[in-house]
Amino acid sequence: MLIENRLTKYDIPNTKYDFMLTRRIIPCLDVKDNRVVKGVNFLNLRDAGDPVELGARYSDTGADELVFLDITATIRSRKTIVELVEKVAANVFIPFTVGGGIQSVEQMDELLRSGAEKVSVNTAAVDNPELLAEAAQRFGNQCVVLAIDARRSKERKGRWQVCVKAGTEPTDIDVVQWAVKAEKLGAGEILLTSMDADGTKAGYDNELNKAVTDAVNIPVIASGGAGNLDHLYDAIVDGGADAVLMASITHFGNYTITQMKQYLRDKGIPVNL
Amino acid sequence: MIVVIDYNVGNVKSVCNAFRHIGCESVLSRDPKTIEQASGLVLPGVAAFGFAVNALGSLAELVKEIALSGRPLLGICVGYQMLFETSSEYGRHKGLGLITGDVVPIPPGRVIPHMGWNLVELPEDMDLFAGLGGEKHFYFAHSFCAEPSDEMAKIAYTDYGFELVASVQKDNIYGTQFHPEKSGKSGLKVLQNFYNICENFNSGSRYLDAHRE
Repeated sequence: MLIENRLTKYDIPNTKYDFMLTRRIIPCLDVKDNRVVKGVNFLNLRDAGDPVELGARYSDTGADELVFLDITATIRSRKTIVELVEKVAANVFIPFTVGGGIQSVEQMDELLRSGAEKVSVNTAAVDNPELLAEAAQRFGNQCVVLAIDARRSKERKGRWQVCVKAGTEPTDIDVVQWAVKAEKLGAGEILLTSMDADGTKAGYDNELNKAVTDAVNIPVIASGGAGNLDHLYDAIVDGGADAVLMASITHFGNYTITQMKQYLRDKGIPVNL
Repeated sequence: MIVVIDYNVGNVKSVCNAFRHIGCESVLSRDPKTIEQASGLVLPGVAAFGFAVNALGSLAELVKEIALSGRPLLGICVGYQMLFETSSEYGRHKGLGLITGDVVPIPPGRVIPHMGWNLVELPEDMDLFAGLGGEKHFYFAHSFCAEPSDEMAKIAYTDYGFELVASVQKDNIYGTQFHPEKSGKSGLKVLQNFYNICENFNSGSRYLDAHRE
């Protein structure tokens, strides 16, 4: 299987790579009140199981990485999320990112010390962009993930606006410009969620993905809209994504991680299988 | 017992979790007495180089002393980078200098950080990679990389558009740029191998001690 990968390493169209770094498959676990939930366009949440069990199952079945997003993100839930991270870390031997309501370098430190590999920030970085620089100087930029919730702009065609507070508040900030600025400040990765596509299973917004991956030189995780295996391939090849994140199609058993990776491998994408 | 050095940087616990998962005893500690009695040391770490060196502080001398006395030491990620002489991450910093060479930015012209699972070519005859076969995927997350000037110390490579040194060994001093504690089954095997190295070293030194008397 490795030899097949080798043969195809120069054949992947339209990507920034000419070598073997694998594209990552990342299940996303939105956590609310200690349960994994999944909604559509950030609404209508449905229960998808226990975060520790689900995390361990993904770790055992070949996921490359996990993302846990605390979508309650209140002060009371802070303690809960630290405890959750500790439990997950005891059972999961692949990297995982934790996000949701993180305000400060101290909170990041607590989560990293509890076992998270990376932390993601969204609203707090928009409010205080220097947070990205401060975090990068302490933890290294490979630890600092900028999450962007992007919505297609009604006024400016072909542009997207940054939304904050779990997608409830649109801002005037342009997504591509924000991504470029965040990279300069110290973000080491971008978790790019299309709010328009989220939970629809109609495919990633690859115009958005392409606009951002062309503009930055840090890895970009495409998020929002995965519905079938072709969507994953398209996000990597058309969107230029370094990793693809999904929730609905894997939590509810439509596809296993192995099926996703086999499909991508057969189409010439290097994967860790 | 293996001591994982606790020095106020991210992700130190994950290494202990991984050892526990494979049934190997380890303890997370910053207490010099505990560290002195270790069968082997792990210097883990998720941090910027300068922060990590400062956080290690006075323990640096002790770690060096133990490593130079011949006891096994494994540096992981920034702990691996600290084995070298200097780094230019956010300023100029001195490392432990146990292996000659410097830590420099990954050359431009590619996505940086180098983030994700990359295929590592493993030497057949190195005890750290025993039982793993010719090549395996491991998880990397770094923007700086070591350039060992000691050619003999380089033991494993990965391809990131250039030949990136993924692992070094100089006598009893081991290092991996990737995270074995986060690299699934292959990574756990590396930690098991390091545990075995420590066990063998200690039964060897007990044997020598017994015969000296």
